[in-house]
Amino acid sequence: MTESLPASILSAFAAIGRPAIAMFAMIGRIAVFAFTALVRAVTPPFYPARFGTQLMEIGWYSLPVVGLTAIFTGSALAQQIYTGGSRFDASATVPAIVVFGMVRELGPVLVGLMVAGRVASAMAAELGTMRVTEQLDALTTLRTDAFRYLIVPRMAASVIALPIMVLIANSIGIMGGFLLAIYKLGFNPASYLATTRKFLQSDDIWMAVVKAAVFGFIIGLMGCYNGSRTSGGAAGVGKATTDAVVSAFILILFSDLLITILALK
Amino acid sequence: MMAVAKGTPKIKLTEVVKRFGDNSVLDGVNLSVEPGESVAIIGGSGTGKSVTLKCILGLLTPDSGSVTVDGEEVVGARSREMSRIRTKFGMLFQGGALFDSMPVWRNVTFGLTQGRMTDAAHMRRVAEENLERVGLSRDILNLRPNELSGGMQKRVALARAIAPRPEIIFFDEPTTGLDPIRADMINDLITSLVEDLGVTALTITHDMVSARKIANRVAMLYNGRIIWHGPRDRLYDSGNPYVDQFVQGRADGPIR
Repeated sequence: MTESLPASILSAFAAIGRPAIAMFAMIGRIAVFAFTALVRAVTPPFYPARFGTQLMEIGWYSLPVVGLTAIFTGSALAQQIYTGGSRFDASATVPAIVVFGMVRELGPVLVGLMVAGRVASAMAAELGTMRVTEQLDALTTLRTDAFRYLIVPRMAASVIALPIMVLIANSIGIMGGFLLAIYKLGFNPASYLATTRKFLQSDDIWMAVVKAAVFGFIIGLMGCYNGSRTSGGAAGVGKATTDAVVSAFILILFSDLLITILALK
Repeated sequence: MMAVAKGTPKIKLTEVVKRFGDNSVLDGVNLSVEPGESVAIIGGSGTGKSVTLKCILGLLTPDSGSVTVDGEEVVGARSREMSRIRTKFGMLFQGGALFDSMPVWRNVTFGLTQGRMTDAAHMRRVAEENLERVGLSRDILNLRPNELSGGMQKRVALARAIAPRPEIIFFDEPTTGLDPIRADMINDLITSLVEDLGVTALTITHDMVSARKIANRVAMLYNGRIIWHGPRDRLYDSGNPYVDQFVQGRADGPIR
């Protein structure tokens, strides 16, 4: 017993220590990956055509799903606030809270999560497949820096596309709330729009844009990092895809909290 | 461009060691390939043949040892130097490694354009010429790799490898996954390309027919070391029990 005690204590420490070391090592690798991407994004050669393709892929083709999410969320938010607010005679606050909630919080977060689901998974799957089929090695042997050719355009497009999409989603969400308030809840259109304009401030829009740019960086980073480190065939590609989406979701929600706290302290 | 002294080997590996965790894949590999020579490295699966190629190409960094190309050290080379050294190489990957998001003509000319959309009409003509060299017609220029058969994909990959007219070509299991007739066609194609273009070739394979047909000299990799090398005519008469067992494909022998 006296001999086994130190061993059991050591194994308990080891059980905690191993995943902790692995986690720190992973954070280090991701930080190096992000730094490399930043350095290569500002040094030639550049691939503007690849950037344009990715901008279309990430931004334009995500618009339908983002638009639908925004209009449903804006409408549901208006209904919820109306019902909740009527309990204490505050149903008139619908336009103010819709604009506040959509622009500052729901617009950026929902767009971030929807695009993460659609784009981070696609990035990880595509890069992962390229890794396991040696296409990334082939790029290198053909004297093309895979980082500049594949990863930088994806990450840059993601950072640029997200703020634009969030601004569009916010507009659609506010419109969704407006339509529901007018046609179902009986609000006066002119006074609804006047209240919306009164409560929409430039600080709110800036916060949405900053959040969206950060979420875009996270989506590009997690999609590309997990994809480019894929190993182990089809199962490895599946794992990389799952890891990309889950890690992007968690980091988006965590950074949203962090930015909100820092901005509103 | 650095002047190459006469008598300098095209590729030279000296005591190259590469470990993955506790697994020592290469344990002191020594190999020299002369200019214009065609060498095949044979060995069982997982013996480090592909790792050897990747160490020469700078895709993997050896833990110790030296790899020189035309006398220039690859190990520890800066990325710009490495990129310049890589202009000497063409590589046929085992699975082809064609870019599935691009049509055949852009795959074939990728080494010349580095993925940029430069002078498409000229590049299509270049692709056509290289496809012709590997026995393919211009009809496939606009097809995607997934629309081609395995044999055609190998040929397109071969056309891509030779398009920049490299000095050295690596062939990674060139006949794997092909039926015997297609495999023989690829072997003939490689032999004629190596002769016509006057390149140095390094092939890794476990296909003995392929090794004997493509190479002037054969080396066997076992337990992370080159345990035998000699002219291809001596392959079945090497006097080395490991080589004998391997080339005859016997289950009994020193290799377990």
